[in-house]
Amino acid sequence: MTAPLAFPPVTLTVAGLSCRRGTRLLFSGLDFALEPGTLTTLTGPNGAGKSTMMRIVAGLTPLEDGTVTLSGAGEDREPQSMMHYHGHREALREALTARENLAFATILLGGSAEAVLPALDRLGARRLADLPVRVLSAGQRRRVALARLIAAPRPVWLLDEPLAALDVAGQTLVADLIGAHVRAGGSALVATHQPLGLTGRTLTLGGQS
Amino acid sequence: MIAALRAVLSRELTLASRIGAGVELGIVFFLILISVTPFALGPDQKLLSRLAPALLWLSALLATLLGLDRLLQADEEDGVIDELMMSEAPLELVLAVKALAHWLVTGLPLAVLAPLLGLMLAISPEAMLPLCLSLAIGTPALTFIGLVGAALTVTLRRGGLLLSILVLPLTVPTLIFGIAVVREASVGQPIATPLTLLSAITLIILVLSPFAAAAALRMTRS
Amino acid sequence: MNDFAPPPVQDAKASFWASLWALANPGRFMSFSARLLPWLWGATLITMAYGLYKGLFVAPADYQQGDSMRIMYIHVPAAWMGMFVYATMTASALGTLVWRHPLADVSQKAAAPIGACFTVICLVTGSFWGKPTWGTWWEWDARMTSVLVLLLIYLGIIALWRAIDEPLRAARAVAIMTLVGAVNLPIIKFSVDWWNTMHQPASVFRKGGPTIHPAMLEPLLVMAVAFSLLFAAIHMVRMQAEIIDRRAERLAMRAAAGEG
Repeated sequence: MTAPLAFPPVTLTVAGLSCRRGTRLLFSGLDFALEPGTLTTLTGPNGAGKSTMMRIVAGLTPLEDGTVTLSGAGEDREPQSMMHYHGHREALREALTARENLAFATILLGGSAEAVLPALDRLGARRLADLPVRVLSAGQRRRVALARLIAAPRPVWLLDEPLAALDVAGQTLVADLIGAHVRAGGSALVATHQPLGLTGRTLTLGGQS
Repeated sequence: MIAALRAVLSRELTLASRIGAGVELGIVFFLILISVTPFALGPDQKLLSRLAPALLWLSALLATLLGLDRLLQADEEDGVIDELMMSEAPLELVLAVKALAHWLVTGLPLAVLAPLLGLMLAISPEAMLPLCLSLAIGTPALTFIGLVGAALTVTLRRGGLLLSILVLPLTVPTLIFGIAVVREASVGQPIATPLTLLSAITLIILVLSPFAAAAALRMTRS
Repeated sequence: MNDFAPPPVQDAKASFWASLWALANPGRFMSFSARLLPWLWGATLITMAYGLYKGLFVAPADYQQGDSMRIMYIHVPAAWMGMFVYATMTASALGTLVWRHPLADVSQKAAAPIGACFTVICLVTGSFWGKPTWGTWWEWDARMTSVLVLLLIYLGIIALWRAIDEPLRAARAVAIMTLVGAVNLPIIKFSVDWWNTMHQPASVFRKGGPTIHPAMLEPLLVMAVAFSLLFAAIHMVRMQAEIIDRRAERLAMRAAAGEG
């Protein structure tokens, strides 16, 4: 097992967050914090706004109401540079190989090129490295996409359905990775329908109008 | 940050060479437009020669427009725009590098090939180098204006036509001065004034458009 | 509609801004505009009647073009309005993006078609002006060409409004496009003027001739004021319509969700 990486103790605090879809209010007055070393599982029915909320926190969808602040990172760090966002779309280009996709993501997200192959290894996708992504199955693509979490270390993980399309072994692997990340001092917010088998808080969205 | 930008540039070029649809199609389209115009205008050499600067520039404009939805659309569908926004490098610079890569693959070949196509339109020899130069300076402006349009229409399914409608009026200054360079050269007049104005406009667009495009991506996606 | 807390008023001079924020509540805007509109329409009618009377009947005819020149009293103010409405849209765009004023996007959306109409009026009247004078229905002079490009930008903005479903996202996209256009318009105007001097030494559509007769200036300015009042009235009506539309949409959504 590789030694766990140490992360700066950053806390992501969300206060008074609200979100509309069209004219429908999805949720309002949402308050929570992701402290170092914690796992928060996000649950709720479909359409409750889990994905939208994670995108707002990641800064990918404009923030209408409320605040998202990152503390403990130092003055000159952009909040977005301390977060990983993993969503439904895997951000892989089919024409490129797994290694090329991951290398691009790694360097883009501030990691180093040497971390690429070990990360693929960690996700059990080493042998897929030089295959074009278009020949990979959904589960294999998910593994390649998640590898950037390992290759480019960042303290806060925002994961939207990371277990989707993975087989049981893959799901266990990803749960292990999340657990290791949290033990190393990182924080994670994971939206998932399947149980992770890890200890942590649960945040439930949904049913509000 | 430089490493991230270099990674963006090399990825764009790799994708362009591997998928390839953009480069050749743009050039072929350019060729087709030039080949078809004499059918519309008649083979009169004198007329074609007089119209050559405009025809070449208009064809370059249309060829550029057609390639623009390749700029951001595919990345948005795959979720790569999200990734670019989370990167170490500022989104404005990332977009500028993407547009630059796009231009290297679409606009620059047009600028290089234009004199050859100009021969088919009996362009005067003094105008050939200025033609190349004006297109080399003007096509980046077209691409960068297109970047803003692409960013505004990135969430739309069939945004191509709307993209063209938004972009075309803004290309008028580049078109005016670009064609003026070639026309002045064909009649032996000095080209310093239109060339300077063309360059100034391109510079302004190159500087401002990444900011507008980044703002568009940040504020208008869901 | 949720309450909107205006930023604290710093001093008395900021009262203009304070009143702008006071109108941020759509309900308050509706009642304010309902009271103001009759006066606006009245003022519009009076100034329009006065300006048309002065321009079409009283002011002297041009010694070269005769009475056909009188169409200038609509053509020139329409051109000015095309630009004035765009300036309004630009201010509204800043209101949407920078100050997050709740009615800014409504103002933007309401203004765009009006501005487009003014440019069309300018182009059509310019065409009617040109026919008896030059014998052609269209002349590529500097003003007509600039106004044409302005119309194209308006049309693009209107198309963008209709392309994006969600009102707030559409408003932001249009706001950015409006600002991009605003920065480009001076450049476009400059380049079209330059292009025109390269191709045509003189333009016939200067305001009625090389010098403006004072008797011609007054109707022009009156018509400009009349058109501005007309724009203000129509703009307000369209904003009201848009607010009502959104209310209806919200009610329909609530009905669908079963809240009645």
